Amino acid sequence: MMGTDLTTETLVEKPATIATLREGIAAGAILATELAEQYYARIAAHNPLLNVYLSLTKERALEQAARVDAPAAKGEELGPLAGIPVGIKDVLVMQGAPATAGSAILKGYEPPYDATAVSRLEAAGAVLLGKINCDEFAMGSSNENSAYGPVRNPIDTERVPGGSSGGSAAAVAANLAVATLGTDTGGSIRQPASFCGVVGVLPTYGRVPRFGLIAFASSLDRVGPFAGNVHDAAQVLEVIAGFDANDATSSQLPVGDYADQSEKDVKGLRIGIPEEYFGEGLDSEVRKAVETGIASLEAAGCVIKRISLKHTKYAIPAYYLVATAEASANLARFDGVRYGHRSSKATNLSSMYRLSREEGFGPEVKRRILLGTYALSAGYYDAYYKKAQQVRRLLAEEFLAAFAGVDAIVTPTAPTAAFKLGEKTDDPLAMYLADIYTVTASLAGICGVTVPCGVTSSGLPVGMQVLAAHFGEGTAFRVARAVEAAQSV
Amino acid sequence: MGASAVSVQVSLEEVERVAELANLDLEAEEKPRMQRDLNAILDYVAQLNELDTANVEPMSQVSELLNAGADTGHGIALRQDALRPSLERALVMEEAPETDGAFFKTPKVIER
Repeated sequence: MMGTDLTTETLVEKPATIATLREGIAAGAILATELAEQYYARIAAHNPLLNVYLSLTKERALEQAARVDAPAAKGEELGPLAGIPVGIKDVLVMQGAPATAGSAILKGYEPPYDATAVSRLEAAGAVLLGKINCDEFAMGSSNENSAYGPVRNPIDTERVPGGSSGGSAAAVAANLAVATLGTDTGGSIRQPASFCGVVGVLPTYGRVPRFGLIAFASSLDRVGPFAGNVHDAAQVLEVIAGFDANDATSSQLPVGDYADQSEKDVKGLRIGIPEEYFGEGLDSEVRKAVETGIASLEAAGCVIKRISLKHTKYAIPAYYLVATAEASANLARFDGVRYGHRSSKATNLSSMYRLSREEGFGPEVKRRILLGTYALSAGYYDAYYKKAQQVRRLLAEEFLAAFAGVDAIVTPTAPTAAFKLGEKTDDPLAMYLADIYTVTASLAGICGVTVPCGVTSSGLPVGMQVLAAHFGEGTAFRVARAVEAAQSV
Repeated sequence: MGASAVSVQVSLEEVERVAELANLDLEAEEKPRMQRDLNAILDYVAQLNELDTANVEPMSQVSELLNAGADTGHGIALRQDALRPSLERALVMEEAPETDGAFFKTPKVIER
């Protein structure tokens, strides 16, 4: 059932569902090892253009696939993701595989351990194909900040896939993996998922452990899945979520049965539509697609409520201060001592730090380190960093109050569809505004799912963001599934 | 977005000072570009001053918000202070630019 699909020349191809593949593997109709080889063939054909994978972990993947095929042949019980080909954003570490974080400063680094999300995927039977391109240290909204070149959007290869997890979104859109992991600090899963027409999940802060994640902004960073449909994304989240003693911010709350919850009827659910997300700056075709999605929720029996989140416009300024301040501290560890690039021009310890960092970091990373250092420096701390943290509380409390009256909040994921490569690279502020609808949930710690809700007249996908309260993933999946179902997916 | 009273213009010297604090040795041609970008961003973030936050506690982590809310028993829990296995030294040292097997080596700290 897969073989013929995988030989097609088409760049854009919906992956088979996890359930279909797993069933085929369990029944002996598909060998996990053959499936992996088919994916590697597809990667070999399309990666030169798309630049999705930075490195392949083929040996490890085929060993894992063989570990699935053996019990499958004997009819034994298989893991929930048995044989499913998955790609990993290159900010999560895999033992013995290069981990670059899209940066030249980590070129050649092979970490000696696995991230928790990675080991949980493998324990569930997933076959990890390789490490996926992203903006340097997950800083960017277009994947153009990677030291290893941009990723192209499979829907239109002259356009960006979004960022920072652009490669993870493009991989699913081009069927170079059935599902992928990404990370989201200010929109880095949701915005690329929207641009590439796939499903992306921002789990609640603390829901998925970050052990083994190369940190960008620790109070915001989250690990989450991309998939071709809502049910698959929910299944992957079930596997990677849950308490981990190695992450002090990890939640002990039990993990929900998200995939089952995604199938529940949405009748009677109260959906909030915040007017601030539909104002100036929203592309008219994006608005139309999102409104179609809202209409489908109403048709499915949801109660649509117009709400106001009046602090929304302050989210981008607050976010870029908090995130850069934390980044300036987190990225201090890249100093040429323990791993990564060391300048050959250094003459003493101090020049080694400076030159290694100057040579290793790209312009956006330097810009953010400078902004964050400035915001934390003596004399400016109160005006910038502290102020941003105060506004962060206002934004978070505003969401908590809103969720007292609605079960979910629905917005556009991004103000536009995918933009052209190079369009915003010279204007960092314009690039930051691509995150205008996503940074709010990041600051508040709440969860969300982005689901395709239509296309523009030129065929570019549009995503709808479904936000739910802390640990309300089940509700977010349920609403997203209703939107997906209305498009007869 | 109206820049308000607190909007500051960062000078080239300040860019250099912040770069020094951040252990970055910017190339000469990078500095004016960074100055331009920082000023554009700081001008934009100045709109935060429209909000009166005199009585708002800064929020550095959402975990505290969650613990104060309906959900409890997650986040910010301290782990037990107990010995646990750590990574093998040899594996870690393999990734370093320069070591003697037991320690990381760096260029000299104090110049004669």
